[in-house]
Amino acid sequence: MSIETELLNPLLHVENLVKHFRVRLGAYGEKKAVVHAIDGISFDVFRGETLGLVGESGCGKSSTGFAILQLYKPTSGKVTFDGLELTAMDEKALRPIRKRAQIIFQDPYSTLNPRMTIMDTLAEPIRVHKLLSEKEIPSRIAQLLDDVGLNFGFANRYPHEFSGGQRQRICIARALASNPEFIVCDEPISALDVSIQAQIINLMMDLQEKYKLTYLFIAHDLAVVRHISDRVAVMYLGKIMEIASKTELFSNPKHPYTKALLAAVPEADPDYERNKPKAMLTGDVSNAIDPPAGCRFHPRCPQSKLECRQEPGPELAEITPGHLVACPYF
Amino acid sequence: MSELLVVRDLETQFKVRAGRLHAVNGVSFNLRQGEMLGVVGESGCGKSVTMMSLIRLLPPSASITNGTVMLEGLDLVKANKEQINAVRGSKIAMIFQDPMTSLNPFLKIGIQLSEGLMYHRKMGKKEAYERCAQYLDLVGISNSRQRLEEYPHQLSGGMRQRVMIAMALVCEPKIIIADEPTTALDVTIQAQIVELVKELRDKLDASIIWITHDLSLLAGMVDRILVMYAGCIVEEACLRDLYKDPRHPYTIGLLESIPRIKDHENRRLKSIPGQPPNLLEKPTSCLFASRCTFKTKRCEREVPSLASVPGDVEGSSHRIACWVDTRGRQ
Repeated sequence: MSIETELLNPLLHVENLVKHFRVRLGAYGEKKAVVHAIDGISFDVFRGETLGLVGESGCGKSSTGFAILQLYKPTSGKVTFDGLELTAMDEKALRPIRKRAQIIFQDPYSTLNPRMTIMDTLAEPIRVHKLLSEKEIPSRIAQLLDDVGLNFGFANRYPHEFSGGQRQRICIARALASNPEFIVCDEPISALDVSIQAQIINLMMDLQEKYKLTYLFIAHDLAVVRHISDRVAVMYLGKIMEIASKTELFSNPKHPYTKALLAAVPEADPDYERNKPKAMLTGDVSNAIDPPAGCRFHPRCPQSKLECRQEPGPELAEITPGHLVACPYF
Repeated sequence: MSELLVVRDLETQFKVRAGRLHAVNGVSFNLRQGEMLGVVGESGCGKSVTMMSLIRLLPPSASITNGTVMLEGLDLVKANKEQINAVRGSKIAMIFQDPMTSLNPFLKIGIQLSEGLMYHRKMGKKEAYERCAQYLDLVGISNSRQRLEEYPHQLSGGMRQRVMIAMALVCEPKIIIADEPTTALDVTIQAQIVELVKELRDKLDASIIWITHDLSLLAGMVDRILVMYAGCIVEEACLRDLYKDPRHPYTIGLLESIPRIKDHENRRLKSIPGQPPNLLEKPTSCLFASRCTFKTKRCEREVPSLASVPGDVEGSSHRIACWVDTRGRQ
């Protein structure tokens, strides 16, 4: 496929996606409120690439992953996967899509069933989607375990017999079991130790190459995202603030929030740390129940102007090809 | 700088169903007056247990089986209950990891903050509240007087961690042990807290022990670093030496496995193969040997003790627990 048709024809197209949660507040749930988890975001994910989605906790990045896969029914907006509009489908129609779009969750401790052996866990997606006959399953599982660097001898063991890193490998194998094209990786390494994180990142990059996978990689760790992504989207309070290629975003960030986020990441180099510019953000992330009017970031923005508080807030605008920023005053 | 705290051969064990878990295996180090000491290691390496052992804040299943902790002529390991209570919070204070669970949700901030002052400094409530308000101002919480009458849930995560810091400072301790105080926080809030602690340290002349799993974080803040692995200190060095000239294979591996924000190439991350060891048996070899690329026969027979690095100038404090000279072999 040529680059032009590829750009017109992304694997995943998200348009104006909104997800609001209705919650009850107060000691007796007497107050109703709406959490604006995702407030109208649009982006594309192209075949074979990794789109990194970063932001602080509560910014809606995980909700985005869930809403794309229709694990949360979006409040409004459109999600198109390979030309099929997922948001218009019911659960039954989504079934065949589920094997093509998979997810790896953050916590490998709570997302493996403790009563199922690794064999059963990995066989489940194959059985549900009727991909192979019973006879073929063991050799497929041997191959899956081999892909993620585990021994087939482990297949009859239970999750509690494995360490965190090994469990995450099992979760990756489970996601691969149905031969997906697209995987939402929801902070797959943030529960792991540093030396194990590197193993898993390398594994995910190897698998992407081997099986031509497309990743939506959700994380809060910018250094990890820089390492694994081709393009990066920065989210803040349910809105996308900036999208650009990795090189562009990290070397030439435009949005004040992206700049502050990059400046806040510590680097393992004392000289760099001593000389790096201080761009400290004051205050906390605002509440998603009552998000600030206009630009979501204006209460913490060092360059905030009066215009920033007016609804509607700034939309993403392309400043150079492929570099979109939701701030007219950067 | 004079030695404020001298720890020698500290050993802490846990009783578990399978026997005894050797969590801390002979740790010795000094803490100097006004120094900021970083302690880094992966989960389960004994970094928190070591520091908790200093003030004997251990669960009932744990016991200190050997060693001394000398603070101003008093051995804290042998001190009686009254003596240790006079040290906790007064001479050595703690900042805990999770500000969400370390504050009592039923008590107002003021009651929790003033408790130490009323117990250790025998202050009346009015005087104690006055002092607490000053410290809330110091850690950057506005409307400090009004905050004293609020409950923890009325504060954000970053604010709660500021309250925890104020609580540690309020009795003007000589030593502050900060146990991963920013792990639960977002990176922009983490940057605020790190700046705050650096400022306070200049103002208050306290010694700080900062426990973390994040080597990047320490690069911008501490004077000296202890690297822990499997209950032992494997490397001790001043800030610059540790990042620019790491000598222990574990430290080298750890530094290579961190993705860097300023990297320009998608280099493949080096990972440390294997898993941390099981600590149920008393170590008889170097515990890192099974994961080590520099391993020799001696490493599997003898436990290395912390000694000056080969080729080091006399009197420098760069020490490693390793039989191998790793210079030039990385």
